[in-house]
Amino acid sequence: MTDTKTPLLDINDLHVHFETNSDKDVHAVRGIHMHIEKGETVAVVGESGSGKSQVMMSAMGLLADNGWVEGSVKYNGAEILGLSKRKLNSYRGSKMTMIFQEPMTSLDPLYTIGRQICEPLRVHQKMDKKRAMARALELLELVGIPEPKKRLKSYPHEMSGGQRQRVMIAMALANDPDLLIADEPTTALDVTIQAQILQLLADLQKKLGMAILFITHDLNIVRRFADRVYVMKTGEVVEEGNTAEIFDNPSHDYTRMLLSAEPEGTKEAPDTGAPVLLEGKGVNVTFNITSGLFGSQTHTLRAVNNVDIRLHQGQTIGIVGESGSGKSTLGRALLRLTDISGEVLLDGVDMSEIAGDAMREQRKRLQLVFQDPFGSLSPRMMVGQIITEGLLVHHPELSAKERDLRAIEALEEVQLDPSMRNRYPHEFSGGQRQRIAIARAMVLKPRIVVLDEPTSALDRSVQKQIVDLLRDLQEKNNLSYLFISHDLTVVRAMSDYVMVMKQGVIVEEGLTEQIFDAPTELYTKQLMAAAFDLEPISA
Amino acid sequence: MLRYVFKRLLTAIPTLFIIVTLSFFLIRVAPGGPFDLERPLDPKVMENLNKIYNLDKSLLEQYFIYMNNVLHGNLGPSFFFRDFTVAEMFGNGLPISVEIGGYALLMAIIVGGALGVWAALKQNQLPDYSVMTVATMGITIPNFVVAPILTLIFGVMLGWLPVGGWNNGAWENKVLPIITLGLPQVAVVARLTRGAMIEALRSHHIRTARANGLPGWMVVVVHALRGALLPVVSYAGPAAAALLTGSVVIETVFGIPGVGRYFVQGALNRDYPLVMGTVIVIAVFIMVFNLIVDLLYAWLDPRVRYD
Amino acid sequence: MNSKTPKTKAGQAAEKLVEAQVGRSLWDDAWARLKANRAAMTSFVVLFFIALACFFGPFFTGHQYDTVYRNYVKVPASLAAYPRDDEIAPALEKVLKRARLTAENIKIADKEVIVQATSKRAINEKAVRYFDRSDLFKNAAFSGFSDDKKSVTITAKIDRIHFYFGTDANGRDLLTRTLIAGRISLIIGLLASGVALLIGVTYGSLSGYFGGRVDLIMMRVVDVLYSLPFIFFVILLVVFFGRNFILMFIAVGAVEWLDMARIVRGQTLSIKRQEYVLAAEAMGVGAGGILRRHIIPNTLGPVVIFVTLLVPKVILLESFLSFLGLGVQEPMTSWGVLISEGARNLQGASWMLIFPSIFLTATLFALNFIGDGLRDALDPKDR
Repeated sequence: MTDTKTPLLDINDLHVHFETNSDKDVHAVRGIHMHIEKGETVAVVGESGSGKSQVMMSAMGLLADNGWVEGSVKYNGAEILGLSKRKLNSYRGSKMTMIFQEPMTSLDPLYTIGRQICEPLRVHQKMDKKRAMARALELLELVGIPEPKKRLKSYPHEMSGGQRQRVMIAMALANDPDLLIADEPTTALDVTIQAQILQLLADLQKKLGMAILFITHDLNIVRRFADRVYVMKTGEVVEEGNTAEIFDNPSHDYTRMLLSAEPEGTKEAPDTGAPVLLEGKGVNVTFNITSGLFGSQTHTLRAVNNVDIRLHQGQTIGIVGESGSGKSTLGRALLRLTDISGEVLLDGVDMSEIAGDAMREQRKRLQLVFQDPFGSLSPRMMVGQIITEGLLVHHPELSAKERDLRAIEALEEVQLDPSMRNRYPHEFSGGQRQRIAIARAMVLKPRIVVLDEPTSALDRSVQKQIVDLLRDLQEKNNLSYLFISHDLTVVRAMSDYVMVMKQGVIVEEGLTEQIFDAPTELYTKQLMAAAFDLEPISA
Repeated sequence: MLRYVFKRLLTAIPTLFIIVTLSFFLIRVAPGGPFDLERPLDPKVMENLNKIYNLDKSLLEQYFIYMNNVLHGNLGPSFFFRDFTVAEMFGNGLPISVEIGGYALLMAIIVGGALGVWAALKQNQLPDYSVMTVATMGITIPNFVVAPILTLIFGVMLGWLPVGGWNNGAWENKVLPIITLGLPQVAVVARLTRGAMIEALRSHHIRTARANGLPGWMVVVVHALRGALLPVVSYAGPAAAALLTGSVVIETVFGIPGVGRYFVQGALNRDYPLVMGTVIVIAVFIMVFNLIVDLLYAWLDPRVRYD
Repeated sequence: MNSKTPKTKAGQAAEKLVEAQVGRSLWDDAWARLKANRAAMTSFVVLFFIALACFFGPFFTGHQYDTVYRNYVKVPASLAAYPRDDEIAPALEKVLKRARLTAENIKIADKEVIVQATSKRAINEKAVRYFDRSDLFKNAAFSGFSDDKKSVTITAKIDRIHFYFGTDANGRDLLTRTLIAGRISLIIGLLASGVALLIGVTYGSLSGYFGGRVDLIMMRVVDVLYSLPFIFFVILLVVFFGRNFILMFIAVGAVEWLDMARIVRGQTLSIKRQEYVLAAEAMGVGAGGILRRHIIPNTLGPVVIFVTLLVPKVILLESFLSFLGLGVQEPMTSWGVLISEGARNLQGASWMLIFPSIFLTATLFALNFIGDGLRDALDPKDR
């Protein structure tokens, strides 16, 4: 593979700075060296804020306006950093191309797929319209889009996320590039789709022989696809080498931390005699989607379809499913935060018969933690107030001072510095905010907590800490969790019982090891294969 | 698409009906009548006038008579300008107002759009700051200040253009009214275009276009501008309706015989048919332009197709 | 806001109490950003001085806003005092003529005039009033009557007065009138915006909070009101309320609330769907607590911005109505009235247009810059 002396892409002493509002420059990339040979697959790994995307953005001339770059990036020996836009355009889109994390917004919503694939062809190869269209059709076939002829005339909003990412790949491959840069290409997609897209990239590379550079936070992808790895942390490359070497024998602490960051361990099922706290019988949630001027047209969406569930004291039930499976809606339904049909029993009492103040009283026993640590904290309240808001409702007798003490206790419980209680949510990192959200749930001493994707927006290493924290809290307070997630690794570490959900229906349920080791349903098998082996399994 | 247009026009009818009905009764609730002059008329004459114009009938009867007339395309006679019917008055004035307003609109879209795009491309640089300062001025300084000041400079001090009057539509007489009417719109369109353009340039699909090595003009014109036009189009609809139906300030200051003054004159003189006629004309303009906006919008944005 | 957790706690030293660090709220951040915005800060200063001048200035100009100086109709703006020296003699002669006196000997000094006058008939003491009626002279006194009372010595002080902005077509001091007009315009702007704020926030938050059918109906009402020509409303209001400006601008505020209602409703709808509201609901917080602690503080930003931009809009509207002759009534005045008069006297008395225009546009500018500054400060795009 390395038969020539000049690498395909050679990055030397690259620095990227950003100018920010607060007059402080952010030094996002601090003098890194990287090289990519023809036809090889390289991965750049790092957590958010490591600067891994900015390296390639600067090579492609796509840095934001407030950023600037120093150093050297050579393509086949020719310097491309600091080239004029016009000269740079003879490289990007033809020799080097890029696909992005956001398939939903990366295509222009106003033009057809066909036209957008044709554009780079017509610009770089000066093809006429007819030939470009023929080539676009070929490309859509290549990336495995069904009914490609019809799809040429489709607009992006008429396609799913996975299909859009395929279109992006088709566009990127239009001019037979030597290098394809894939910036977190599968992060926004469901696991089964992820596996398909990754397989597609691997197949295409075999067929076309271009070099691929993966920018990713996902070590599974690295392990399976990359020849070589660069590990980045706060703007620097801390370790590089062959994939196998790095995985077997990491030399840098950070790499070791990353590799061990996968949540581990399992949870014991509670005693069979543990009482049932929460029980759902035949739970249905339907949404009426109204359209038309006076809501004249309605169609009904069954988000949760006839679900039975029993949550014992001390148990964690993992609810697994892809986006749109109705798993979050089920969680909210069980807390009676949406209208449902069917029965939900709390300690054997039908919740629909508890009304008004009595229901409010019950609320403190049922708490909720959300996925988005940015959206779930009221931005204009201090952390202390956020945590103790529930006390205002349930313990109005407490003085401000006593509430403050409770806030301190709660913050200590989630291992945050209690002196930060007068700070505001925007002053905290994602992981810290999630701890605050957990503290808010815990301050009322609940018995049941619904955890709705609590770790999905976090980096792996932070995920692990949150998982550990949640497990500690459960043990200490004998809590019952309903753990909703699409992330099978975390579910395996957290729960003792798993329910797999698809399109509102529970397709399979059972003890964790049973589901993970011996799934019976095809859908569950597909999920497992996609998540752990990155292999798409066709039906 | 034709079906959509037809459907939209059909749903416009009840809205128009409500507006006309509401206005009819609102203006009648106001105290005073069309013939309450400073020197009271002879009771006999008054009675005759009331009879001629059906004002002696009950309000409800008058309403039905009026609606019936309107349905037959008859907007009635003007009470105040007694030699004219309302339809004649609009026949005379509307082309003038539409001409002045049309040029102002054209100027707003072309000049404002160009300035907005320029400012967006040079964001946080000198062109951006100067365009935005001028735009803020254009929005802030009211046209009844701009009109006399422009007249003072170009009419009185420099003597290049006439101070006022219509002069049967000589071009020198149109210049200042069009500029005065168009300036604030230029400013609004420039600001809107700039904002939309900046947002469009930051969007992910523009990044894709750049990553694909498309030339700069193509990124800006083909991919960014079309999306950035959407808010401008939504604004331009109601603005067009307002511009084309005349401006009372411009017409008063420059002495232009357009329809912008009819409303104020009609209301002050209790010239009921004239007020109602103005309401109907303005409402129709607003509806037509809203329809045009929606069609344009759907044409520009495939996500919003008429259904 | 957020004063609930008292900072004085540290002094009380409860055994477990950890001293809290001071956080920076979004409001603090916004304020810091606003302070860095030079245009907005300059605007604050300008607005402050305009308001100060308008509210207290009229006490110090030396003129009442409705005092008519018949001798000084449409005199140009000037830093020098009136009367001009060459105006004194002709004016004096005019006065004497009115009083049917013949001047024998006129002495014009810096501050007073001394006239020896005769008449064919006996001179009445009351003739002194002809001097006082003139705007040029004051404290006129007769002395040294001749025996037949047909000749007299008159001394009168010259009344030196300043018209820094000139006078209007009725001979009223334009400076005082401009300031008084500003008072009216500013009060109206605040009053009407307050009314719009009150109605709009209530209506919008109710509509957004209840949602569903209630929302649909409430918003349909707004839509219908929107489609009525706005000027139609205002003119009807003028007709209804006569020209009582306070009532009228409560009414204008009652029309301007439509936008406010839409903004607040949109905000409420989007905040209602935020997870922190759901979290509060899950904790059992009632509707009141959710509105008070979560929804209202978070709609405040856009509302503040909108109000700052509404004030100039209302001032403009008032000026526009006054320009059409539908606003406040003589002798009371507003910037719109003054500008309209200025426009009519464009040829020959341009100061009548220029000074009120400067004040109006400076105020509108300042308010707009403050509004823009607030928007940038409260809603930074790159957060």
